[in-house]
Amino acid sequence: MTVNMTKGQAISLQKSDGGTLTAVRMGLGWQAAPRRGLFGSRTREIDLDASAVLFADKQPVDVVFFRHLVSDDGSVKHTGDNLVGGAGSGGDDEAILVDLQRVPVHIDQIVFTVNSFTGQTFQEVQNAFCRIVDETNGQELARYTLDGGGQYTAQIMAKVHRAGNGWQMTALGNPANGRTFQDLMPAILPHL
Amino acid sequence: MTAELVRGQNHTLPQTRLEIRVSAGTPVVAGATLGDENGTVRGTEWIAHPGSPQLPGLEVSRQAAADHRLAVDLDALPGPVHRVTVLLALPTGVGGPVRFGAVASPFVAVTGLDGTEIATFTLTGLDSESAVTALELYRRQGAWKVRAVGQGYAGGLDAMLADQGVPGAAELAHSIQDAVTRATARSVAPPPPRTPGADRVAPGAGAPGPVPPPDGHRPAPQPPEPIAEPATPPPGATTGGPINYAHPRRQSTAPPPPPPTAPPAEPGRPAQPVAGDATGWSMDERLYNQIWGMFEDLARTTAAYRSAVDFAESRMGQELDRTLSDPRSRIGGAGDRAREEARAKRDELTTRAREALDRDLAQLVAEAAVVEPALPAAFAGWDNPVWHAYRVPMEIPMALRIGDLHLPENPALHIPLLVRLPLERGMWIDSGRTTSDAAALMDSARLRSLAMECAVAHAARLLAVYPADEFSVHVIDPAGSAAGALAPLVRSGALAGPPASGAGGVASVLAHLTRRVDLVQMAIRAGAADSLPPDVDTGEQLLIVNDFPHGFDDRSVTQLRYLADEGPSVGVHLMMVADREDASAYGPVLDPLWRSLLRVTPVADDHLADPWVGHAWTYEPPRMPPGSRVLEQVLAKVAAARRPRRP
Repeated sequence: MTVNMTKGQAISLQKSDGGTLTAVRMGLGWQAAPRRGLFGSRTREIDLDASAVLFADKQPVDVVFFRHLVSDDGSVKHTGDNLVGGAGSGGDDEAILVDLQRVPVHIDQIVFTVNSFTGQTFQEVQNAFCRIVDETNGQELARYTLDGGGQYTAQIMAKVHRAGNGWQMTALGNPANGRTFQDLMPAILPHL
Repeated sequence: MTAELVRGQNHTLPQTRLEIRVSAGTPVVAGATLGDENGTVRGTEWIAHPGSPQLPGLEVSRQAAADHRLAVDLDALPGPVHRVTVLLALPTGVGGPVRFGAVASPFVAVTGLDGTEIATFTLTGLDSESAVTALELYRRQGAWKVRAVGQGYAGGLDAMLADQGVPGAAELAHSIQDAVTRATARSVAPPPPRTPGADRVAPGAGAPGPVPPPDGHRPAPQPPEPIAEPATPPPGATTGGPINYAHPRRQSTAPPPPPPTAPPAEPGRPAQPVAGDATGWSMDERLYNQIWGMFEDLARTTAAYRSAVDFAESRMGQELDRTLSDPRSRIGGAGDRAREEARAKRDELTTRAREALDRDLAQLVAEAAVVEPALPAAFAGWDNPVWHAYRVPMEIPMALRIGDLHLPENPALHIPLLVRLPLERGMWIDSGRTTSDAAALMDSARLRSLAMECAVAHAARLLAVYPADEFSVHVIDPAGSAAGALAPLVRSGALAGPPASGAGGVASVLAHLTRRVDLVQMAIRAGAADSLPPDVDTGEQLLIVNDFPHGFDDRSVTQLRYLADEGPSVGVHLMMVADREDASAYGPVLDPLWRSLLRVTPVADDHLADPWVGHAWTYEPPRMPPGSRVLEQVLAKVAAARRPRRP
C-alpha cells in the first residue's frame, strides 16, 4: 500500500509483513511543462538530477550522483543520468538503488536531493514525483509529489536514516537552490 | 541577480576579486591569456595554463577537470593588462572526447568570493571544436566588464593561441597538453561507466600507466597504476563504413547454454556460491565476468570497512581533543571516563565494521574456492591440475591470467588478474629495486634473474593459450645473461629463433619486426591483407627484451619506441624485462615507452589500483609449484603442435 507522504512525515521502512527491507529504490520522474505561446508544442528539455549524500554522524562521507554513479562501498547505485525526463509514461526517469544491508556501519543517514541541472525552476516541471520502492518486489512504499511549482531549482526530498536495527524514511520536501548537490550542502545540514 | 549571458552579451562587474567557475561534463583544460589595450598577448608569461598556473592576479588549475575554479584579482593584474581571456580546451592524448560537440555544453559562471553568481554563460552550439574562448574580462573606461564569447576553434589550442597572436603557439599548446597528460596519468582512472543491466562489467585495457617524473629519476613511492577497464569504442568510430548491427562483444547469436544455477539457499544463510554465476555467452565469459565481479565486490567491501574505521578513528580523535580542552575534565575522573567512552565507541564501530567485512570476505572466499578449480587453463594458476591435462587450443581465449591480486585485509583471498587477449598493451617486468619489502630483501642480481624467469613463464602462458602458429616469441638477450632462465623456452623449440645477442642481433630482430609492423599496417590501410608477401607472419608476435638498453644504439632505441607505439594495433607486443634506472641516461624520451606498458613485478608489490575505488592492490606473479615440470611439459606440447607445419 502506498503512503502519500506529506512534508516532515516519517515512516518506518518495513515490509507489509513486518520483515525488514533489504533494498530500496528512490525513483524520480518528471516531465517538462509545455510552454504556452505560439510554438506550444516545443517543450524545453529539463534535466533533473537525483543525488544521494551519505552521512556519518553529520559528516558527508560519500555521494552518489551522475558523475559518481556508485558509492565507493558499492551499496548505493545510481542507474544513470537522464537528461530530458519522461515523455509522460509516469515511470522513474532516474533511480538510486540502496542496498540497506550493505550500507557501511558508520553511515547513519542518506539524504536524497533533486536538482535542476539546466537551471529551470520547478515551475516549468510537470508531474514530478519521488518515490521509494521496495526493490525486491517492486512495491511502492511511499510517494512524494513535487508540486507547488515554486521559484527554486532544487529540493531536498527525503532522508533514510537508521532507527534501531532498521531504517526509517522521513520526507523533507525542502526547497533550495543549486545546480548540483554541492550547492545544497548548507541547506542539507539543518536536516540531519 | 545573476545575468544569464548569451553569446556576445556583456555585463558590468561590480567587484574586482572574482572567481570563475567552469563545469563541463568531461575533464577540460582551463587557462587564461592576458592582453594589452590592443588585445595583444605580449608573451608566454602572459598566459596562465596548467604548466604555469599562476600569474599575478590570476590562478588556474594544474590539471584537466570537469569542474574548475579560477581565482581572479583584477586589481593585481599588471598595469598594461586590459583584457583577460578565459579559454577551455579538451585534453588530447588521454583518450577522452576530441570535440566539444560530443560532450555536454560547458557552463561558466563569474562569481564573487562568497559564491554569489554575477554572470553565467552556457557554451552551446559547439561541434567539432576542441578549444573555445569562453569569456573575456575587459577594461572599459576604468571599469571591468565581462563578455560571453563562445568562439570555438576546430584546430584546437594551437589554433586559438595563434589567433590571439601568441608567438610559438604550437609549441606552447603542445607543452600545455603535455603538462595535462602528466597530471592526468598521475591520478587514478575514474570508475568506468557500468553497462546498464549488466551488474558486472567486462574489463579490457586502455588506461594510462604510471607517470615517470619529468627528471627521469625513480619516484620514491610509485603511484598505483590503474588496472584498465574496457575502452569501449566511441560511437561513431565506424563512420564511413556500413553500420554493423552486431553487438560488439557477442560472438554468436545462438542462445547460450543455461547458466549453472545455484541450489536454493537454506533459509537464513547466504546462497551457496557456484562457479560461472555471472552473465555471459559462454562458460569462459561467465567465469571471466564472475572474477571481475569478485574483484569489484572485494574492492568495495574493503572500501566500506576502511571508511568506517577511518571515521571511527577520527571521531575518537575529536572526542579526545574535546576532553583535553575541557577544563572540567581535569578534575576528578570525568576526563578518564570520557576517554574511556570515546575509545569504547571507536572499538564498537570498528568491531561492527570488521563483522560486516568478515561476512563479505567469507562469502568471497567460498566463491573463490569453487571458482578456482573450475577455471580454464588460461585463467588458472600453474598449480591448477587443468595445466596437466593441457592441450593446444583451437581458439584464442578471451583473457589470460598474469598474476594474483590481494589486499592486506585478507592476504589469503587472491583475485586472479586477467588481461584481455589479444593483448592491448605490452608488459614491463620491472627488474629494478622497487619500494616493496620483498624486493628490498633481495639482491639485485637475484631480482634480475627472477624477473627473467617471470617473463619466460608469462611468455609460455601466452604461447600455450594461443592456437599453434598464431603466436610467436622473439627474444633479445644482448649479453646472453639470461641464458639460464630462457633455457626452457629455447630447449622446447617454441621460439621463433634463437635469442638474439650482440648489437647485430638486436638490430636484425628489430628490423624484422619493424618490417612486419609496416607491411601489415600498409595492408590494413589499403584493405589488401591478402597481398602481403608470403614470408610475413601475420600471427601475434611477442618480443622479450632483456638487459635494456645494453646492446641498443640510438637507432635501435628509436625502433623499439616505434614498435611500442605502432605494434599493439597490428599484433606486435613488447615484454621489457628492465630496470628503468639502467636507461636513465636517455632521459624523458623513454617516458612514453614505460608508460605504454603494463608494469608488473617479479615479486609481490602493491603498485596496481582497481578502477572503482583505487585501493593499492598487491600484485603477485603466477607461482610455479616447487619442483613442478608443468612449464616444460606445456612447452613441449606447444612445440610439437608447431613442428608439422614448419617446412
